[in-house]
Amino acid sequence: MYHYMTAHQLAEEIRKGNASASEIARSAMDRIERLDPEIGAYITATGDRALEAANRVDERLAKGEAVPPLAGIPMAIMDNICTQGILTTCASRMLYNFIPPYSADAYERLEQAGSVLTGKTNLDEFGIGSSTQGSAFKKTYNPWDLGKVPGGSGGGAAAAVAAGMAAFALGTDTGGSIRQPAALCGVVGMKPTYGRVSRHGLVAFASSMDQAGVVTRDLRDCALVLNHICGYDPRDSMSANVAVPDFRAGLGEGIKGFKIGIPSEYFGEGTEQGIKERVQEAVKVIEGLGAACDEVSLPHTEYALSAYYIISSAEASSNLARYDGIRYGYKAEDYTDLEELFVKSRSQGFGEEVKRRVIIGTYFLTSGKLDVYFIKAQKVRALVKADFDRVFEDYDLLVCPTSPVAAYSDQPAGKGDGHPLNTCLPHTFTIPASLAGLPALSIPCGFSEGLPVGLQFIGKPFGEEALLRAAYAYEQSTNFHTMHPQV
Amino acid sequence: MITKREVEYVAGLAKLALTYEERDRFTEDFCGILEHLNRLDSLDTDSVEPIACILPYNNVFREDVVEPSMDGEKVLENAPDSLNGCFRVPRVV
Repeated sequence: MYHYMTAHQLAEEIRKGNASASEIARSAMDRIERLDPEIGAYITATGDRALEAANRVDERLAKGEAVPPLAGIPMAIMDNICTQGILTTCASRMLYNFIPPYSADAYERLEQAGSVLTGKTNLDEFGIGSSTQGSAFKKTYNPWDLGKVPGGSGGGAAAAVAAGMAAFALGTDTGGSIRQPAALCGVVGMKPTYGRVSRHGLVAFASSMDQAGVVTRDLRDCALVLNHICGYDPRDSMSANVAVPDFRAGLGEGIKGFKIGIPSEYFGEGTEQGIKERVQEAVKVIEGLGAACDEVSLPHTEYALSAYYIISSAEASSNLARYDGIRYGYKAEDYTDLEELFVKSRSQGFGEEVKRRVIIGTYFLTSGKLDVYFIKAQKVRALVKADFDRVFEDYDLLVCPTSPVAAYSDQPAGKGDGHPLNTCLPHTFTIPASLAGLPALSIPCGFSEGLPVGLQFIGKPFGEEALLRAAYAYEQSTNFHTMHPQV
Repeated sequence: MITKREVEYVAGLAKLALTYEERDRFTEDFCGILEHLNRLDSLDTDSVEPIACILPYNNVFREDVVEPSMDGEKVLENAPDSLNGCFRVPRVV
């Protein structure tokens, strides 16, 4: 009975004394036990800890203590985020036994707020992928259609929230790993501005774009969780020392007078007809709320995917050099010397797509190729950013599809089969905001052949408030956020 | 274009060993990928400054103050092989 309640609804039930944190935790764990064998959202479920954490919240309430609004709320954490004392695998054989000796900043903040961890969720190995079929341990399926993928890399987090196994999830988004699965699973997914949330304790993939964010079932919850996880952290040198507002404060102020750009490049041939139609209908709704919507152009959009592929692979090749079989993680059994220990541990520990990216990423950084690929991609990144800077001189926000396609069948390449960059293709519309470090979110805007469609809002740097306010105005005039899969 | 020998060489730099089958498949994939990426050449970027970092930060400093480090035992908890408070590796000299 609690499973489809939002975090703010659950908090209200707890505050009124209608529900205890332990009842809510038990309900979440029961649901995981019942549904997850089919959905495969979790790598590790943390039932005992969840009940202990919930009991602590109930004890505080029994003493009459005031608790934060997220106290007692069941959450899921993507398994590339360090949780002290709890297995953190990155869905890789390389970290099959890794128990972090410290916690990520964002997780620490939620733990302090009394949120109850239900478990660690599945992803494509090290966050590299867009289908959650590339985990070393299991595949995750879409709660709306178990024959379809949930998107990725954070498909486990999105599926867990969509199926009511957790009220919200914490994930990471490098090129779309929160937003695209949120779109395919019919939930809210947000990546704040690069620097808003500390990267301390996130397992690094592409450091210049890695950013923690949230998956929720509505916008009010999204604002609530952001309130907790944003903020300066000296342990991350890219952490932004800027004030964090109460993101809930301006939610209801409406969008009358907003100027919103609709980038025409997001409605090309590669975008499914059903997606175009739902997004165009959503634009009509937004216009009806008093915002002015105009078609705009981001001319370098078509080059963003290639630039992202080069930069993210190069950064991954450097970040993943740390896995050596010596300090933590998988270690090969037979070796004669140090070199062989490195090579065998890495060759046996990494999966195929990770190896592919590490090798091609290394290639982009070799002398002779550095200028041709890596520096060139960084220049294209500047052009992509300049496109956004230019339209944001005249517009407050951009609205576009989150993904060119709805959930697709169980192949990593999906509809991009045969395309050389097929593992990144489903992130075509989430990558540009990642390259530019911009805040962006996806919310449900209807269905295409029974599968959820995501509407993406992209904002100015540190412009989360306007982003949330606009998305909330849209959400409140529709009912897609109250629809749930039949599982 | 990239050759099988180059793929093997670069894999070596990344401390990865490929089977012949992997090497052949990766080489074919990489040729397709590089051909696709070459479309970036059509963009004139001579006067564009590359972006390495999206925030306007350069060097981020802190006061040179000693702070507590993680406990040594804790650091070694995940080590596959350790001895006397050290990581143990095969003999190198």
